[in-house]
Amino acid sequence: MNIKYFSWIKDKIGIDSEKIIVSENIKTVNDLIIHLKTLSDKHNEALSDISILRCAINMEVVNFNENISDNDEVAIFPPMTGG
Amino acid sequence: MIRVQKNDFNLNEEVKNITLKNNNIGGISTFTGIVRGGKKNSLKSMTLEHYSGMTEKMLKKIDLEAQKRWNLIATKIIHRYGRLIPGDQIVLVITASEHRKDAIESCEFLIDWLKTKAPFWKLEDSINGKKWVSERKSDIKASSKWTN
Repeated sequence: MNIKYFSWIKDKIGIDSEKIIVSENIKTVNDLIIHLKTLSDKHNEALSDISILRCAINMEVVNFNENISDNDEVAIFPPMTGG
Repeated sequence: MIRVQKNDFNLNEEVKNITLKNNNIGGISTFTGIVRGGKKNSLKSMTLEHYSGMTEKMLKKIDLEAQKRWNLIATKIIHRYGRLIPGDQIVLVITASEHRKDAIESCEFLIDWLKTKAPFWKLEDSINGKKWVSERKSDIKASSKWTN
């Protein structure tokens, strides 16, 4: 699965994307975030407060309880500030 | 029509391109977003990061929504990314219609939704250091007045 990070989340983790292999028990974005937090202290810090994060699956904004599959591109970012 | 680009844009040229192609336009509304210099000109630059691919997708979606809600002859959204300095143009919204209300309301709608639904993030570099811009409550309020 391809994961993308943006804004301060990217800065905190130190990378803008990574590929991970998801196990069967990762069913939703929320499960994925719990898993990502175990990867490093930086991940854990950047993803600690889910209330200030937003996510998209295949470029569509979704809730954290949305199901994911191995071929998805999942992006994690703070609230958008366009315009 | 939407464009995501690093380069600057010219409002007059963009408006002219629309009016030349359509002879039944009765009114045009435009909004241009500019990088503010901040208090005591504290801002050095603002870098706009975006999610390439999703940005285009979202802008098209927002544009289509405006066309569904109002009677529009033409629309144009141009959003820049990359490093900008105070005074630089960030975003341009143009809406054209037969009657003014459609153009004015849809222009406001487009910029309100761009603020909270277009995947851009702004990094400010000021005399106090670098800081990612947080979402503003007033933007969320403005966006939510146009129900989904």
